[in-house]
Amino acid sequence: MTTYIIRRIFQLIPVLFGVTLFVFLLMHLTPGKPAQIMAGESAPTHVVERMEQRLGLDQPYHIQYVRFVSNIAQLDFGVSMRSNLPIIDEIRPKFWVTLELAIYSTILSIFIGIIAGIVSAVRRHSKSDIIIMLVALFGLSMPNFWLGLMLMQWFAINWGWFPPTGWGTPGQVVLPVITLGTAGAAVIARMTRSSMLEVISQDYIRTARAKGVKERVIIYRHALKNALIPVVTVIGLQFGALLSGTVLTETVFAINGMGRYVIDSIIARDFPAVQATIIIISVLFVFVNLIVDISYRYLNKRIDLD
Amino acid sequence: MSKENSILKINNLQTSFFLEGDNEVKAVDGVTFDVPKGKTLGIVGESGSGKSITAMSILKLIGHPGKIKGGEILFNDQNLVESSEKEMRKIRGNRISMIFQEPMTSLNPVYTVGQQISESYSIHQGLSKKESKKKVIEMLKLVGIPSPEKRINQYPFELSGGMRQRVMIAMALACRPELLIADEPTTALDVTIQAQILELIRELQDELGMSVIFITHDLGVVAETCDYVAVMYCGKVVEYADVKTLFKNPRHPYTVGLLNSLPRSDMDQEELIPIKGTVPSPDDMPEGCRFAPRCPFATDLCREKLPNLDDIGDAEQIRCWIYTDEWDGDPEVKVYEPQK
Amino acid sequence: MNRKNKELLSVENLKQYFPIKGGIFGRTVNNVKAVDDVSFTVYEGETVSIVGESGCGKSTTGRAILRLDTPTSGKVEFDGVDLVSLNKKQMRKMRKDMQIIFQDPYASLNPRQTVRQILNEAMEIQNVVPKSDRDDRIAELMKTVGLQPFQADRFPHEFSGGQRQRIGIARALSVDPKLIICDEAVSALDVSIQAQVLNLLQRFQREMNLTYLFISHDLGVVRHISDRIIVMYLGKIVEIGDKESIFENPQHPYTKALLSAIPVPDPEIKKERILLQGDIPSPIDPPTGCRFHTRCPFATDKCKEELPVLESLSHMTEGHEAACHYAKEIETGEHKPTKDITKVR
Repeated sequence: MTTYIIRRIFQLIPVLFGVTLFVFLLMHLTPGKPAQIMAGESAPTHVVERMEQRLGLDQPYHIQYVRFVSNIAQLDFGVSMRSNLPIIDEIRPKFWVTLELAIYSTILSIFIGIIAGIVSAVRRHSKSDIIIMLVALFGLSMPNFWLGLMLMQWFAINWGWFPPTGWGTPGQVVLPVITLGTAGAAVIARMTRSSMLEVISQDYIRTARAKGVKERVIIYRHALKNALIPVVTVIGLQFGALLSGTVLTETVFAINGMGRYVIDSIIARDFPAVQATIIIISVLFVFVNLIVDISYRYLNKRIDLD
Repeated sequence: MSKENSILKINNLQTSFFLEGDNEVKAVDGVTFDVPKGKTLGIVGESGSGKSITAMSILKLIGHPGKIKGGEILFNDQNLVESSEKEMRKIRGNRISMIFQEPMTSLNPVYTVGQQISESYSIHQGLSKKESKKKVIEMLKLVGIPSPEKRINQYPFELSGGMRQRVMIAMALACRPELLIADEPTTALDVTIQAQILELIRELQDELGMSVIFITHDLGVVAETCDYVAVMYCGKVVEYADVKTLFKNPRHPYTVGLLNSLPRSDMDQEELIPIKGTVPSPDDMPEGCRFAPRCPFATDLCREKLPNLDDIGDAEQIRCWIYTDEWDGDPEVKVYEPQK
Repeated sequence: MNRKNKELLSVENLKQYFPIKGGIFGRTVNNVKAVDDVSFTVYEGETVSIVGESGCGKSTTGRAILRLDTPTSGKVEFDGVDLVSLNKKQMRKMRKDMQIIFQDPYASLNPRQTVRQILNEAMEIQNVVPKSDRDDRIAELMKTVGLQPFQADRFPHEFSGGQRQRIGIARALSVDPKLIICDEAVSALDVSIQAQVLNLLQRFQREMNLTYLFISHDLGVVRHISDRIIVMYLGKIVEIGDKESIFENPQHPYTKALLSAIPVPDPEIKKERILLQGDIPSPIDPPTGCRFHTRCPFATDKCKEELPVLESLSHMTEGHEAACHYAKEIETGEHKPTKDITKVR
């Protein structure tokens, strides 16, 4: 297991290299000089040149790249074009907001998804199965900004149960988390159901029945742990997607998170800030995947052979 | 058939699967046999004969869309067909245990060997993990697993096929059942490992005094392990006899056909005499004797009317018109001539 | 029996190793020595069987001969041509003469093709029968394997297991091969159907002078169909000889144990059974010296260190060879087992 983890961490090196290179090239492959774009189309040449000097954009590419990477390694993402403040300081509070939002939504979707999936699988072809799967399909196909707007309309504006916008108080958490968690819950429910159905037909479940184990124990002890193995992968992917996918929800509920920050940065042509958010999200995504793979191996003893 | 000393009596058991569109597949179609106490009954048959479904029916492990439609399963005078699920759970793994064909997939991959065996003790004897640990080790020792103290913490994937089957046996025998149902327990194993496992089952049977139902398609295994044999074809028992009689003087043309098509490792044969044709599909079951279309002796009677499973002698039963007064074919017909 | 016939297939020092990746950088840390230095010859018109238990390398040998996996080293000569040196195109041509029938015919038949298309394609690739004659040839093939010509327009799933195996045989026969490798070809079939297929295979051998390399774990089937038998254990040949010698006068302790372990369908026979202890070791780190020494009741220190070679001794028939240091001494009773593992039933 330790060997495996070390090997996986080594394998991250080329991935992270790829990510930084891609982000770096992104800036240089866009038509026009980066400095010109940042300064604005009508900016005079001497302003652009000064900016190039300040940002080191006049250096050869490989030197720029080495500096770029070594800065990132020190969590130095440069200075925001808009505010002239270090980007890392700007992002930090927003990052925690987005992370919180993603974590709560994932917990909600795991909770609802797994329970619904189990019920659905155990009572296959029953009314509850059909209803759960219909709701899941609905949850999956509904655009979440629309769901967010609807929730806000009814629960915040019409009935006043929750505050319509903002982030921080427990009340403010509810609606955005439901909005974001729904799609994940639907995916997890469907995955749990199919995985559970497959596991229930396995030989070792028959063995457990022949042993005299109660049906309930068979489901929760013998089947669930096996059925969760593929579900873990889906949960990891969901979480990764949430980190970068909160943009619309943050906009709808006026939450000051990373999603909004990146949108604002794009609109303001704040290149260093866009780069920083992309890198942070990518690195996070890669690490979430690593954690998923490790827990996958932990659950699935069979593949831990070396 | 020894009527008085049976641990299990099955009378006219019927198990069907109900597929979409009112399509009923009669997997077990009126099966009747006895398992004498302390003895081994072999159930032989080819795929589709219903032998495994019969075994699953005894423990009432038939799930949707299958259903036990009728008949009796008398286990020590308790009719299991009418027993509740709760009563069945007390029997399963406790008084009647089962082992399966695929040791590779029959153990739960995410729990250790020890956890899986001790579960039997916690269900049926209410023992805690600590209390059962000693018993689990004892059990593993009994089935010949070396260094059991280490093995209890291993996962199934860490064991070879033969070892896993030993674990399955340990788990099945944990609560000292009165009856063990072994469904093709050695089919997936190599010959030398099969020999070990067969020997083990035999030894444990002597030691624990249990009765065994041995389900297999391998006539060699039957000859070596069983006392009595029921031959099944298309959901019905066609012949029941003690093992010596069955191999020395088989009566049913199907039994004879099986023996004649078997390539032997212990003698040279001129040629194999196969049974012609194939097993009929369940939705196209012949009306009369199920074997009539493939039987070299079949007459119109066979094709029209299903013969009964009749007693012949003390412990022999046969389902064939040839051995009845109504037989309308060659009166001198000799079904079996031993091969040289 | 076929000693006078010409050599059709000769395998020399065949090795097939499969690398195992591992460690932090995923390098090759070890090899599965599936086939480890195997040599034998198959003569035209005979049936040679390779028997052994899982991990002995019998199927791998078959695949290596057909180059379904490229052998690690060694020489495979078929009809005078060294197969290992051929390129893909040349090898494809050679496959006309060497066909394989697998255990699970269903997995090897394209489910979206009718039997006619399957047979047509086989003939098309090898271009053995002129297009205009193919329909006649298909009808003939169907009849030969005991199916109706009109069934050629059905799909594989519409047939039973035994019938599908017949289709597999028909496909193999369609290109008029010289050698057919049967890899557990009848193992999945019920006995009554198995007998039909075995009889069919034997008939074709007589009629078309086919040569079979028969890979099986079922010693009953092997005894029935073979002229000569190769016994393998953990990637090596432990004994080779004609059928009578192997079954009536086995020399290697493993062969003896294997034969004694087969259940015999006769409850009245009292049999002395050699019960081998323990499991078959892994082919990843096979035992040193004689591969069988870990389970052999006769093993000594010499067996642990020295690899025995195949040799024929004075009390054995011509062509009968066993790889055991003590074959002679065990026969004369000079070398006794260190532990008694026989059991009479």
